[in-house]
Amino acid sequence: MLAKEFIEKIKNNEIDIVEHTEKIIQECKEINKEYNYFNTISEELALNQAREINKKILSKEKNFFANKKLLGVAISVKDSICVKDVETTAGSKILQGYKPLFDAFAIKRVKEEGGIIIGKTAQDEFGFGTFSINSAYGIPKNPFDKERSCGGSSGGAAGLSQKLKNHIALGESTGGSITTPASFCGVFGLCPTYGRVSRYGLIDFANSLDKIGPMGKSMEDAALLMNVIAGHDKNDSTSLNVKAEDYEKYLKKPIKGIKIGIIKEAFGAGVEREVEKNVYNGINELEEEGAKAEEISLELPIKYGISTYYMIAASEASTNLAKFCGMRYGAAEKLEGSFNEYFTKVRSNNFGEEAKRRIILGTFARMAGYKDAFYLKAAKVRTLMINEYKKAFKKFDALVSPTASILPPKFSEIEKLSPLQHYMIDVMTVSPNVAGLPHLNVPVGIEKNLPVGMLLIADHLQEGKLIQLGSAVEHGK
Amino acid sequence: MEVDRKLLEHVAEVARVKLSEEEIKKFLPQLKDALEFFSKLKEVNTDDVKPSFHPVEIRNSVREDAEEECLSQDEALSLTEHKKNGYFKGPRAV
Repeated sequence: MLAKEFIEKIKNNEIDIVEHTEKIIQECKEINKEYNYFNTISEELALNQAREINKKILSKEKNFFANKKLLGVAISVKDSICVKDVETTAGSKILQGYKPLFDAFAIKRVKEEGGIIIGKTAQDEFGFGTFSINSAYGIPKNPFDKERSCGGSSGGAAGLSQKLKNHIALGESTGGSITTPASFCGVFGLCPTYGRVSRYGLIDFANSLDKIGPMGKSMEDAALLMNVIAGHDKNDSTSLNVKAEDYEKYLKKPIKGIKIGIIKEAFGAGVEREVEKNVYNGINELEEEGAKAEEISLELPIKYGISTYYMIAASEASTNLAKFCGMRYGAAEKLEGSFNEYFTKVRSNNFGEEAKRRIILGTFARMAGYKDAFYLKAAKVRTLMINEYKKAFKKFDALVSPTASILPPKFSEIEKLSPLQHYMIDVMTVSPNVAGLPHLNVPVGIEKNLPVGMLLIADHLQEGKLIQLGSAVEHGK
Repeated sequence: MEVDRKLLEHVAEVARVKLSEEEIKKFLPQLKDALEFFSKLKEVNTDDVKPSFHPVEIRNSVREDAEEECLSQDEALSLTEHKKNGYFKGPRAV
């Protein structure tokens, strides 16, 4: 059942919102025992919200139903997004027990629209990972095969979107953390244009890259949540002061004449055959619906995307994580020694291995003597990359590639990867993130009982086109 | 570029992270490996190219210089044990 249909049932009194929420929470607990999708299930908040809505329904409060876009719909939240009074850790031990005093902008909007917050989903620590294995808490398991990864870093959000009905998820992407897990779990994941959704209340990984976005089993549900969270926010100085569109109007809109560029370098060597075959099926589907597809060569994104992304992301992360020092909030130790000794102790005891690795990588990339060759160089290549994409969008409405070059791997296979090999898995998704372009994972097939995803990329603020194309694939079958 | 143990320990110190012996042994080859790969960026000609610190053009966003609602002092202090007389308490500075 789509969220829209569900809301109608609530409005017509066919579903008791409190009973339904109790049931959903119970279901979440059961799923969690087996799959580890939650760091925290926010039972108390969810039931309070449900009772509050029920009260208003019973009192027949005038106009309460009008314009409540998410009335009673269960919304899960990636653990890096702050929810007032609910433990928010971003997957890190250094934030264990941290209960924010405020709601993130996206959460405020969800609550205003009557959405029910069911919990905080599992992720890599601060988003540092591709498989959701770098966490101080539970590691989410793929809904198709428990020996495999959900992808990351929004792994819990993606797995839950596949497994739990009548639910939409809020994820976050820095370098592919919405689309990669969406691909590995067979759901839609929309990463918006940089600045389209406020980052206020998001525990940041890399300021110039982080984006909050919706994930859901259907394009409809993801578009609905996008409509709720998009818009300008004065509390985020990088929030775009451009009116948000009605994204739902792009659903089921004909795609005749839309021009698609097939990124040449993203196919062939290094891409698993089953993945390639299914992505081409997706492209054929779009062509059958009237889109025109043609090959385009984009050299920079595939060849230099990983290096550019990791240098910028690690540099920004290393400065961002400086705030976690055992003062004001989060993990603390006995106040002993000098400033430096104290901060070092708290940080060394509470950051995970990958967090330490990225802090060191980023600190190095920004250090005198190395900054020009690494951080600044990457920022310049970023300019060239944006230009290359912009040129492509003069000719095409959207670009297409696989979302991941591989099928969801087994945990035992991931263990064997070096950090660099691990980073390389992000090859398809890092570049649209570096360029701040909206991108969407569209499930296009099942191979060996595992899902395959197609990545669609559009120009800045063209989320609508992505939704239009995603919807065409979804309903074309 | 020589990435050795001395450099790694120095960077860790700057980043206020103390690495264990085991971590040093593990991280050193990984860091070398990654930086060598990232050095590929030098192949790209960036003469006369300006760096992008954001993916989209961001104009300075300023607000009225006026008082706004914010967390109370008690709220701000509520998430830590380390406080004294309405202030955060930190480790000694010297």
